[in-house]
Amino acid sequence: MEAVNIKNLTKKYKDVTAVDKLNLCIHKGELFSLLGVNGAGKTTTVKMLTCLVKPTDGNAELLGHSIVTDCAGVKSIIGISPQETAVAPNLNVRENLILMCGVHGFSREKSRFKTDELINLFGFKEISGKKAGKLSGGWQRRLSIAMALISEPEILFLDEPTLGLDVIARSELWDIIRSLKGKITIILTTHYMEEAESLSDRVGIMKDGVLLELGTPDELKKLAGTDKFEDAFISIVRGNIK
Amino acid sequence: MKFAAFSGRVTKEILRDPVTLSFGLGFPLVLLFLLSAIQANIPISLFEIKSLTPGITVFGLSFVTLFSAMLIAKDRESALTERLFTTPLTAADFIFGYAVPILPLSLAQCIICYIAAAALGLKLTVTVIWAFVFIISVAVFFISLGLLFGSMLTVKQVGGICGALVTNLTAWLSGVWFDLNLVGGAFKKIAYLLPFVHAVELERAVLNGDYGNIMPHIWWVAGYAAATLIAAVFMFLRRMKK
Repeated sequence: MEAVNIKNLTKKYKDVTAVDKLNLCIHKGELFSLLGVNGAGKTTTVKMLTCLVKPTDGNAELLGHSIVTDCAGVKSIIGISPQETAVAPNLNVRENLILMCGVHGFSREKSRFKTDELINLFGFKEISGKKAGKLSGGWQRRLSIAMALISEPEILFLDEPTLGLDVIARSELWDIIRSLKGKITIILTTHYMEEAESLSDRVGIMKDGVLLELGTPDELKKLAGTDKFEDAFISIVRGNIK
Repeated sequence: MKFAAFSGRVTKEILRDPVTLSFGLGFPLVLLFLLSAIQANIPISLFEIKSLTPGITVFGLSFVTLFSAMLIAKDRESALTERLFTTPLTAADFIFGYAVPILPLSLAQCIICYIAAAALGLKLTVTVIWAFVFIISVAVFFISLGLLFGSMLTVKQVGGICGALVTNLTAWLSGVWFDLNLVGGAFKKIAYLLPFVHAVELERAVLNGDYGNIMPHIWWVAGYAAATLIAAVFMFLRRMKK
């Protein structure tokens, strides 16, 4: 079954076309990565799919909810961890999670249950009383993802979740993302090739707002005639694939 | 529930920011004590506590503009707003969620000023209660101004516009520090076209039980408060739709 069905999705800013007639289907439970160089249109695509930006043309349906006509429906089934850290700095870890429960309208009991569950899942026990603004970059990213998950989303958007993290913090976040695979649909944007290759079921490569290629990491390597995923990406983006 | 969760978070952010508390509550008090000390040592009536206190309470509210604008601008820059825009929170939840917690803070600032003024010799009568009631319209104006600037400007710009411009306009064009008749001319005319001097004269009239002089100042203040609130809502909605 399809979780996301994108049809001719287009976003224009004056004379710049950020996303150009994007057509794409993402399956339920799939971890789908959008790859591309800066300005490829990945973040604009995510922003349109999460109802943060209105498309100029086209549409997308997330589990049947249109991003053009049913933003409330879309918002009820998604979670997002934006590119920049999106936590309330003067609230502690637990309070940040409770805040997200509250804005989703959870009862007090459910809020307590979900908060405890995510504190255990993400290993926040020792730091649950610490202000989010005082946490390291890696812990803030973890918290950001936990905040996106607390509403039990059916589709999770992770916009460059490991950007700027050290190797250990990145590896720990990968483990968390892997643990979610199959349970919910995940749409990930990243600049890190090894991240996309290691985590994704399928990868879409974008350039100048256009989807150039789509396939599993192995299919894309085969298409480019190389064993290295990074080389395959470079070949595709440079247009060296016939 | 959703609104309560968001406004609760705003309250915590404000109360846990030492700069907000020290400036918002401390600075007006310092001015009150300083100017009262000056008054005690000069032969003319320049900063009498009866007319100084209403002026200081209005001037203190200009910091509320700074804090509310700073909070919203910081949220926007940290991507927390982006995250919250993808939740079921409505535009009304956001606008009232920001504005409502700041109103009690403004009143607390006003009450503290009057307690300090009482220690400096202000006779507390029932008119003080009315001064608290009427300052609500002034507070709504300054809070709305904060919402407006916070929705439009970056954190850096808020520092300049609200930290310097609004506080200085409130200081110089409100008649707190000097009688505007002493300057007269275009300066006085401009001052009376803006709400600051009307806010101070409204509060002075109320505190002194001179209820006949509430008009036309209340209309100026209420008119500016309503217009600024509408502009703030419009700007916030524009940001949301963007």
